[in-house]
Amino acid sequence: MHLGRVIGRVVATRRSDGLQGQRFLIVRPLDERGEACAPTLVACDVVQSGLGDVVHVCDGREATLALETSFVPVDATLVGHVEQFAHETPTAKRRP
Amino acid sequence: MFIGKVVGTVVSTIKDPKVTELKLQVVAELDEAGLPRGKYVVAADTVGAGHGDLVLFAQGSSARQTVLTDGRPIDAAIMAVIDSWDVEGRLVYQKEGLEALGLDPAEV
Repeated sequence: MHLGRVIGRVVATRRSDGLQGQRFLIVRPLDERGEACAPTLVACDVVQSGLGDVVHVCDGREATLALETSFVPVDATLVGHVEQFAHETPTAKRRP
Repeated sequence: MFIGKVVGTVVSTIKDPKVTELKLQVVAELDEAGLPRGKYVVAADTVGAGHGDLVLFAQGSSARQTVLTDGRPIDAAIMAVIDSWDVEGRLVYQKEGLEALGLDPAEV
């Protein structure tokens, strides 16, 4: 999984079987400092996210396991809202 | 998934029997502003997308999760045709003719 921020949404009427009712959101991947780090992607949403939300996104085949129907061609799903995230700054090694 | 534009089709006569009866499209990957990223994929079409359509495509083993591509050596599949998308509340792309069909983009 990786972090991301919801920046938009996609409307698509004609879609593959099993995807009826799914929302597609545009997500900008974020690094550990909260800065954009990879090309934007489109993900299904199962947690009712909105514009600006920081979320975590599950990639790959596992992304379908969050959906009601798992036999669908989906490779990214937004699976949780992030309230807070922290990372440890690597400390310099002390010399003996 | 990524946003892409169908820019061509692939015709191949000598191929693995498991790849037959599939429509293969050349898809140019686009960014959120609708500009090409310079990357292309060949994707199996599961929704009947046409030349010039803006689409969503899934990659990796997820691409096999349709009736058409199940058990076949396919790693990219077009799974939706885009009507519109917006970024930060600003409409970036609107397919022509959506309102003409009586559909409200906000409700689709």
